[in-house]
Amino acid sequence: MKYILFIGAGSDITRPLASLYAKKGYGIYLASRNYEKLVRDANDLAIRFSVDVRAYKFDVTDVLSHQKFYDQLPVKPYGIITLAGILGDQKKAEIDFAEASAIINANYVGLTSVIHIAANDFEKRKEGFIVGISSVAGERGRKSNYVYASAKAGFTTFLSGLRNRLYSSRIQVLTVHPGFIRTKMIEGKKTAEIITAVPERVARDIFIAQQKGKDFIYSKWFWRYIMLAFTLIPESLVKKLDLQ
Amino acid sequence: MKISNWGNYPVIDAEMVTPSSYDQVKQIALRSPSLIARGLGRCYGDSSLNEKIISTTRLNHIVSFDEKNGILCCEAGVSLEEILDVFVPRGWFLPVTPGTKFVTIGGAVASDVHGKNHHQAGSFCNYVHSLRLMLSDGKIIFCSKEENRDIFEATCGGMGLTGIILEATFQLIKIETAYIRQKIEKAKNLEQIFQLFEASNNSTYTVAWIDCLQKGNHLGRSVMIRGEHALAKEIPAVKNPLILPEKMKFNIPFNFPNISLSAFSVKIFNEIWNLKYGFVPSIIDYNTFFYPLDSILHWNRLYGKNGLAQYQCLFSKESSYEAIKELLEIISKSGEGSPLGVLKLFGKQNGILSFPQEGYTLALDFPVRNSVFQLFQKLDEVVMKYNGRIYLTKDSRMSTEVFKHGYRNDLPSFQIVKRRIDKENKFQSLQSRRLEI
Repeated sequence: MKYILFIGAGSDITRPLASLYAKKGYGIYLASRNYEKLVRDANDLAIRFSVDVRAYKFDVTDVLSHQKFYDQLPVKPYGIITLAGILGDQKKAEIDFAEASAIINANYVGLTSVIHIAANDFEKRKEGFIVGISSVAGERGRKSNYVYASAKAGFTTFLSGLRNRLYSSRIQVLTVHPGFIRTKMIEGKKTAEIITAVPERVARDIFIAQQKGKDFIYSKWFWRYIMLAFTLIPESLVKKLDLQ
Repeated sequence: MKISNWGNYPVIDAEMVTPSSYDQVKQIALRSPSLIARGLGRCYGDSSLNEKIISTTRLNHIVSFDEKNGILCCEAGVSLEEILDVFVPRGWFLPVTPGTKFVTIGGAVASDVHGKNHHQAGSFCNYVHSLRLMLSDGKIIFCSKEENRDIFEATCGGMGLTGIILEATFQLIKIETAYIRQKIEKAKNLEQIFQLFEASNNSTYTVAWIDCLQKGNHLGRSVMIRGEHALAKEIPAVKNPLILPEKMKFNIPFNFPNISLSAFSVKIFNEIWNLKYGFVPSIIDYNTFFYPLDSILHWNRLYGKNGLAQYQCLFSKESSYEAIKELLEIISKSGEGSPLGVLKLFGKQNGILSFPQEGYTLALDFPVRNSVFQLFQKLDEVVMKYNGRIYLTKDSRMSTEVFKHGYRNDLPSFQIVKRRIDKENKFQSLQSRRLEI
């Protein structure tokens, strides 16, 4: 049985996405901080799809634990999908470096650690795929969330470099830029209904793109054009806008 | 947000929260003075409406499954559809199913739903071994026929008024195929259809459609549909009899003008009535047999934007014939919608406040307009006269008097439990307030 490793498996996208892989017969490793929730998810997936599903306590910011974690997986994964990330508190991050650092570590630093470990293994085995969930927020800084956004920008660039490196080993690296998703992350925030995707939809987009061997996708698709328009506005103008 | 249930009536402005862990449920329960749990919103009226609603749709994990004995434990937000999708291919089926699979387990327990096999099998909660319930103080208790028995029996069919149902453990039944052997029989009038029901006790599934537009000698003209789970040997040509081919779902994207549904259902009835070859047994898939309307998503929109109201009542076996005859006469005279009614014979009662009791139940759909509510009041008088009762899950308008008379033997014992475990009456709905439950 081939296994898919989900990092940041507490995300609302994990269950629908893992279901799509489990339906195809893949085993599932779920890793995140909230172990109790993962055990429930793991049980559910295992019963629904009759595949092996295991839950692991894992902290993406505890980089020193990553190698040990990866080494103890009973079967090395065929794919790694990272969904970890926190929005954090931008206002707090501006005056308290601990908050800024937590945001950067969770959205960027920690991920480079665990993805490198998997990538090196995949490179050696000459098989596997990597999916990184980044964000459209990383494409242009805004005053409302630029610490988070810059970490995502770093992550996107990291993935594109890694893609270039692993091309010769035929390992797919898929970068996903989701727009608004109706998840815990934006709970209580008002987003326009029409551009907000449900986690199931994003999961399906990711799955299809991964299966097709794609490098980069937006979810939903029209974010490509929203972001294109947004990034075309000159910086001299954007800096004057009251961007939320 | 604006929210309503399946009947699209009433529509209220409510705050709905969708927790994904029991801890979140607890936080919400503790800080809300009044709330009600809601699943997929397939009750017709105001049973799961309140200013504050806790949606169980993200509490949707399957917790465990005993492969040998078919005992399933799952969270309240798991839908019947999900259960069928997972377990039918493994040879298990729901012990009881209502006419739609888009209901959650929490809803199935709270309404103690019934199906076409009630005369033999009883209602859904008959197969529930145990429940996990969150009480008003946030404490999670376990209840079953052995432990906290009174709470268990009050929660089965208790309309979510005892607490928030978090998990249910219940029995599935073994099947060999995903198909049903169906047989249709005609009845020329009410008397004949009653005779058919009395003679059909050995059939697993029975239900009748009544043509409500008939009068005089033809009053109660109906077709009876019987079904049995098909055995593998009956369909040797089907390679994997537990797997159904994928089907398209149709959606009704907008509200239809009121006229269309009547025309639509009358046409279906007449087609069945005039069909000659349909009366030999036929094998159909379980979706077609149990959930004919589920393939049309949002079929409620066929009733127009004012919504639909269903009238489902129940009479003891002794008074059923007279009572239903009177109801049909009133309806056929009124000329109000509802060309089709559903008639069903029930077996024994289950939970304290559960709707089903031994006797006949009649269910009728009406598009909402003022005259319909006047008609309902006339029907209520018949229900009162024959000591009948109305199904809470389908109700949006009955009076306290009609409710209290219909549930006169059950309400006091329900209230004893309710008052004890929910002193502040935290769990309440528009319906429970209206009916003073």
